[in-house]
Amino acid sequence: MLGFIIQRFLQAIGVMAVMSLIVFCGVYAIGNPIDIVIPPEATQDLRDEVIRRLGLDRPLYEQYFIFLVNLLKGDLGRSFVYNIPVLELIGGRLPATLELVLISVVSASVIGVSLGIYAGYRPESWTAKTIMAASVLGFSVPSFWVGLILILTFAVNLGWLPAGGRGATIDIWGVAWSFPTLDGLSHIILPAINLALFKLAMMIRLARAGTREIMLTDTIKFARAAGLSEITILRQHLLKLISIPIITVFGLELGSTLAFAVVTETIFSWPGVGKLIIDSIAVLDRPVMVAYLILVAFLFVTINFVIDLIFALIDPRVRRGAAS
Amino acid sequence: MTETVLSVKNLTTHFFTRSGVVKAVDNVSFDLAKGEIMGLVGESGSGKTVTGFSLLGLVDEPGRIVSGSITLKDKALTSLSNAELRRWRGREISMIFQDPIATLNPVLTIGRQMRLAIAAHERTSARAAEDRATDLLSKVGIPSARARLDAYPHEFSGGMRQRVAIAIALLHRPSVIIADEPTTALDVSIQAQILQQMRVLAAETGTAMIWISHDLAVVSSLASKLAVMYAGRIVEQGPTATLLRNPRHPYTAGLMNSLPAMTKPGTPLKQIPGTTPSLLSLPPGCPFAPRCQRATAQCQHDPELTIHGDRGWRCFDPVGHMDEVSS
Repeated sequence: MLGFIIQRFLQAIGVMAVMSLIVFCGVYAIGNPIDIVIPPEATQDLRDEVIRRLGLDRPLYEQYFIFLVNLLKGDLGRSFVYNIPVLELIGGRLPATLELVLISVVSASVIGVSLGIYAGYRPESWTAKTIMAASVLGFSVPSFWVGLILILTFAVNLGWLPAGGRGATIDIWGVAWSFPTLDGLSHIILPAINLALFKLAMMIRLARAGTREIMLTDTIKFARAAGLSEITILRQHLLKLISIPIITVFGLELGSTLAFAVVTETIFSWPGVGKLIIDSIAVLDRPVMVAYLILVAFLFVTINFVIDLIFALIDPRVRRGAAS
Repeated sequence: MTETVLSVKNLTTHFFTRSGVVKAVDNVSFDLAKGEIMGLVGESGSGKTVTGFSLLGLVDEPGRIVSGSITLKDKALTSLSNAELRRWRGREISMIFQDPIATLNPVLTIGRQMRLAIAAHERTSARAAEDRATDLLSKVGIPSARARLDAYPHEFSGGMRQRVAIAIALLHRPSVIIADEPTTALDVSIQAQILQQMRVLAAETGTAMIWISHDLAVVSSLASKLAVMYAGRIVEQGPTATLLRNPRHPYTAGLMNSLPAMTKPGTPLKQIPGTTPSLLSLPPGCPFAPRCQRATAQCQHDPELTIHGDRGWRCFDPVGHMDEVSS
């Protein structure tokens, strides 16, 4: 097990190193931030001074090297636009995204898996057919359109829920959170639904496919022959057997939603990291872009690592494979 | 006369598929006495396994028991609701399957699976459940049983897994165990051990067994009586010794002739010509007629069951002689 962890750790470092190089070169290739940061009427002396101070006069490899050294020191640079450390900037926005994404992905998974198991368990029932038809809708309707319709219906026409923003927040460990307040919670509902729909549909389909497959196996027949009740079979046998693909997708969705909840955050003016990165790209704020993409890579590497550990916990065969 | 634990009368199970009605089990009747071992023999697709599942009330959709009765210890199983039937499964009648690798849940420990099977019918302390599981595992020949409760199925060999499955089936000392080719997937040496063990266990606990197999040789060494299935019906039944000495149904005779041991070494193996008919479009009359060398115009009609002493067969023109039938 320890060997497995070390191996995964080295792999993660490799992935991060390659990712930082690609991101750095990629970001370097687009646009010239000087044109945006410095007003056109500035003198040539001032221009040179700013270019030198931002380190943009050095060759690419040198800039990358400086970036790496600072990265190892835990310093991801300062934003060109806000002139504050990038980590502080991202850290200030992250909780907003985190609470929105966690609420939507977790509830989509819990509800989706339950509905999917039901649909797979009683595939011929009308309820199951309705669930499956609705899941196709969840897949095929574009997210931005759903967001607009949600606002139009619940905020504009019915006036039940606010159309955007975070609402009242409470500070926990020096970070502002919306979910503990009723007002904040009412602000989360619509964007969370918007984010959750696609994932809900996917979880339904995954759980249904797994359930249909497992219910036909001898394992389930044997459990029935031993007189186990259906609810025990579903809870004790089925749930664990279908969980591996579901956890994989859960992890990937969690990562990609945290990183790229951009559309929803924009529609609902949710001040999260997705909106930050879009704004930064618009003004070519290179340190923010680089730091953000590297953090995303780190996020995925971490999530995948945790998922592998969970697999080993769930499936003893994986555990043996990992040990040898 | 020993006490009858299981009595099956005219059991008929059909599958209502899109392409038509599959008559998987057709008018099957037999009785099973306490502690008796009956062999249910036939080719693949002859309805042996569906018969087994029908007895448990576990026929998969779109299948259904359409008629007949199953009486287990004076209780008519066919009239019970699903919930009531569940209370009988595993406690009074249980089943083991062909492939021990597929039957046990790979992600639960053996101990957990055994505890679930115990908890399905009884409330016991964790301690008592563990003792019971350990006891049964040792009985079926698993060394250091208590320590193995924490092991997962993949840590056992195929033969050991089948022993675990047998132990689970025996947890509540059922009156009847249906064994669906439990040794087919195993090595011959392991097969012999398990057969021996099952025989001892059945005798010890008074459990009756229905041993389903396509292998006449295996079954005849174990079972005291045989039922030969063909195309969903029992074509011949009777005590193993007399049935094998003097088969009456041409199909039984063909099965015996095709055993490699019955052929002189060096000569080609004998086989029954033709293939088993599709259960979707059975010919009218005797289903074996198209493959039968003795078939006559009469075989266009369905032969009734002829009962003679403890023997029975469905054939107008049986092979062998009547006077040799009784032992």
